[in-house]
Amino acid sequence: MTRRDFFGLTWRVLTAFTAGQAACIGLRFLASRKAEGSFGEVLIAGLSGDFPLETVTPFEQARFFLIRFADGGFLALSSTCPHLACVVGWDTARRRFACPCHGSEFERDGSVVNPPAPRPLDRFAVLIENDRVKVDTRQALRRTSVTPEDLVYAPTTPPPAPGAAPATLDSTAPGQPGPGYR
Amino acid sequence: MNQDDSRGPQPGLLTRVRRSIWREPWPESDRGRVRLTLNDLILHLHAPRVPQRALRATYSYGLGIFAIVLFGVLGFTGVLLTFTYTPSPNDAYASIQTLTAEIWIGALIRNMHHWSGNLLLIVSVLHLLRVFYTAAFHPPREFNWLLGLGLLALVALSNFTGYLMPWDQLAYWATTIATSMLNYVPVAGASIREFLVGGGDIGEFALRTFFAFHIVVFPPLLAIIISYHIWRVRKDTFSLPRALNEPPLDRRRIERVTTIPHLLNLEIGLALLALALLIAWSTWVPAPLEDAANPTHPPNPAKAAWYFMGFQELLLHFHPAFVTVVIPGLTLLGLFLLPYTDADPRPERNVTGIWFRSRRGRWLAALSALLGAGLTAALVVADEHWLDLPALFGGLPTAISNGAVPIGALALGLVVYYWSLGRQGATRSERNLALFTLLFAAFLTLTVIGVFFRGENMALVLPWNR
Ligand code: HEM
Ligand code: FES
Repeated sequence: MTRRDFFGLTWRVLTAFTAGQAACIGLRFLASRKAEGSFGEVLIAGLSGDFPLETVTPFEQARFFLIRFADGGFLALSSTCPHLACVVGWDTARRRFACPCHGSEFERDGSVVNPPAPRPLDRFAVLIENDRVKVDTRQALRRTSVTPEDLVYAPTTPPPAPGAAPATLDSTAPGQPGPGYR
Repeated sequence: MNQDDSRGPQPGLLTRVRRSIWREPWPESDRGRVRLTLNDLILHLHAPRVPQRALRATYSYGLGIFAIVLFGVLGFTGVLLTFTYTPSPNDAYASIQTLTAEIWIGALIRNMHHWSGNLLLIVSVLHLLRVFYTAAFHPPREFNWLLGLGLLALVALSNFTGYLMPWDQLAYWATTIATSMLNYVPVAGASIREFLVGGGDIGEFALRTFFAFHIVVFPPLLAIIISYHIWRVRKDTFSLPRALNEPPLDRRRIERVTTIPHLLNLEIGLALLALALLIAWSTWVPAPLEDAANPTHPPNPAKAAWYFMGFQELLLHFHPAFVTVVIPGLTLLGLFLLPYTDADPRPERNVTGIWFRSRRGRWLAALSALLGAGLTAALVVADEHWLDLPALFGGLPTAISNGAVPIGALALGLVVYYWSLGRQGATRSERNLALFTLLFAAFLTLTVIGVFFRGENMALVLPWNR
């Protein structure tokens, strides 16, 4: 290696190093920005008696629906669409959740009737203490499929006896007029 | 003795300032003045003489020039808007209302910025089509095609970051959807999303990031790449229009005219015409502004800006990972490889400058456009009314039933089309042209369906029933 080659190489290495450092510093700086605040809390939705059987109650600001099934079970479903984060609405006439962004549709238990949504609606944990229905919106719980275990019962209304007909997780039985949307 | 002393008394201050800028005195003769201007400015970008043929209006359609004018207008109006706009979720919407209601020609300035942005996207795409269909990207202009793709991406990103600014419903929901798409990008997607919007909802963090990109990152990048792109047109020589079957031209023997005034007058004329049309349009057609953003209530239907509706339509039919990663990935790969694989290196097979390559190319373009549009419309209707893919492949995850299976089937169809054209004797360039045309027509059709034929909950409806 000649003297000239040596200096040529040195300059190149130093320049590349400086540029690399600038890039790293820039990225690190930007990555350490913090988003302000976070969403969610444990919210008291009401007393369990406030929610008649077979109803879907929207909590718009907190972004969930509280659903009470025929057997008394509670389910809190996030209204954020699991496809691309639009907000789904409850279609009273068709008794389904529908998303205005790409037309996904969901059953009352959150399962997908119509893609493109790739998984059921997320749920929030429900706790019932002293007859108060509390919903924890701090963390959306993802599901790959829906199960009856997602439902929560007030201690006074026992879950259906084992071997009894499964909870009516899907649509209302025909002819049974639900109180509908509140 | 010092030389300066021999000059006598110093000239006045103004003269000295002028001389510090223009070293030479302003020439006495017309000829001299023309030459000075030439050297200074224009010939930085243009050769002194250009081929007569290059000026044909039905070749370049002045689209590149139009794009430059629009970029200039965007810069000017953008700077003005920056002085009146407040980049915060609480105040942004109100600051736009104040701008349009209270500030002198505020609405016109906003309209011009909005429409120039939209038009720049249209013009860039038309320019890409012109370059594609005249094979102007064949060697030696491969790299300028890549620069052009970079420009197109930056133009699209500028539009995208720009429409968050007014913080209206379109802004909020389109950005929510688009940034959520990143969650389906494997490995880095979620962290990129966090980098852009700071995790949760679209809020102050996202607006700040988008504002920074929109005003201080993208415009200078665009300016630099545009300058380089134009300089490369001169370096790589501008392609020349040819008639069907006209043999390749000998550049040394071609008829030339002087850049000044022939090319320059044409450019200035086009630029002024473009500007006049833009101002007229912006005076009459206001830029849309929806209701203020409401994070609990998307509009129904919630549609993206019209130029992203083709994408949104794809999202209705396929698993999001395929729409976010597979389809754009393959498209970009194809467009990047195109200039390096399309041309036949034999000089007698050079097709640069011939619209649609050949007579067969013209037929194939027409056929493929019809096929692309017709099949797409048919498939969209079928998927809406008859096809129920998840039920058909019951039990399989939607990534397969709504992703791998239909995308694979469509890809297979394209491969068969491509292959059978080869059997008919089409050259590679003609086959690429057919494929490109088919896909572009399909995308246009999806855009039209998305914009005009989607109603409440994105159901398929006729435009007059919406
Ligand atoms: C901001 C966007 C763009 C601007 C301002 C711009 C500007 C220009 C200008 C002024 C020319 C001279 C000839 C003409 O007017 O046609 C040109 C030529 C060219 N452009 Fe662009 N362009 C842009 C985007 C693109 C895109 C998206 C592509 C394709 C991917 C592209 C590829 C080319 C090529 C290959 C040439 C050489 C054409 C020839 O020699 O015939 N450009 N561009
Ligand atoms: S965001 Fe709900 S369907 Fe796409």
